[in-house]
Amino acid sequence: MGFDQLLFYVFAGVAVLGSLLVIGQKNPIYSVLAIIVSFFGLSGLYVLLEAPFVAVVQIIIYAGAIMVLFLFTVMLLNVPREDASEWDRAHPYYRPWALRAGAAMAVLMAVQLGWALSRTQGLGTGVADERPAVSSVAELGRVLFTDYMFAFEVTSILIIIAMVGAVVLARKREF
Amino acid sequence: MPIGYYLVLSGLLFTIGAAGVFLRRNLITLLLSVEIMLNAVNLTFVAFGRQFGTVDGQIITFFVMTVAAAEAAVGLALVIALFRHRESLNPEAFTSLKW
Repeated sequence: MGFDQLLFYVFAGVAVLGSLLVIGQKNPIYSVLAIIVSFFGLSGLYVLLEAPFVAVVQIIIYAGAIMVLFLFTVMLLNVPREDASEWDRAHPYYRPWALRAGAAMAVLMAVQLGWALSRTQGLGTGVADERPAVSSVAELGRVLFTDYMFAFEVTSILIIIAMVGAVVLARKREF
Repeated sequence: MPIGYYLVLSGLLFTIGAAGVFLRRNLITLLLSVEIMLNAVNLTFVAFGRQFGTVDGQIITFFVMTVAAAEAAVGLALVIALFRHRESLNPEAFTSLKW
């Protein structure tokens, strides 16, 4: 087994374990910290895929900015855990059969995903076999500001709207 | 590494995120599960972009990250506003349209 393969399994394991911890924790603070670990695993995978800029952005934007926003909210609201009795009552597992449709849909989706993957051709082709990697930041920026110019500008408008909306929504004054 | 490994890993992460959305009863954990699903899709984009030798996969990843940031900002503002009314993060507490 090559060094690249070993690294893939390590990073994939970190990502999956971190994600499992996120949905396995009752305390949201631990969930946020676990998802940061999961993001570091994904960032390592991006490095393996020869996309170093995406890996750095993943750390700076996701683990840095967005998760700090989450942590800030968790600490602001100060709700360390879900109420245990509330958890038991509201948990889909304890519901009548007809109300468990959501969980059934999740299982169905996972089965469909596995089925689709099992029937796809050419999964054995290595990611690095056919074409050389394009990982230079200069090339990324050139394509982003020429071919994707419109999408880029629309995204900036989206960010402004989201920012204003967040300020308006979280404001204290009653309407 | 074969592309199939990345697709299986991505599907696994997406399933974990979807299961989190369906099983957990905490608004913040729900939002985190959505982030996991978005990241699983990002991994697929980057893996295919690497295989086809183009930058489009990486660029779409940036757009997904931007949308995720906007979603997190608005979603968390909504969570804060809801928490002021009900002192709860359980989505079951917010089933009425007006109070």
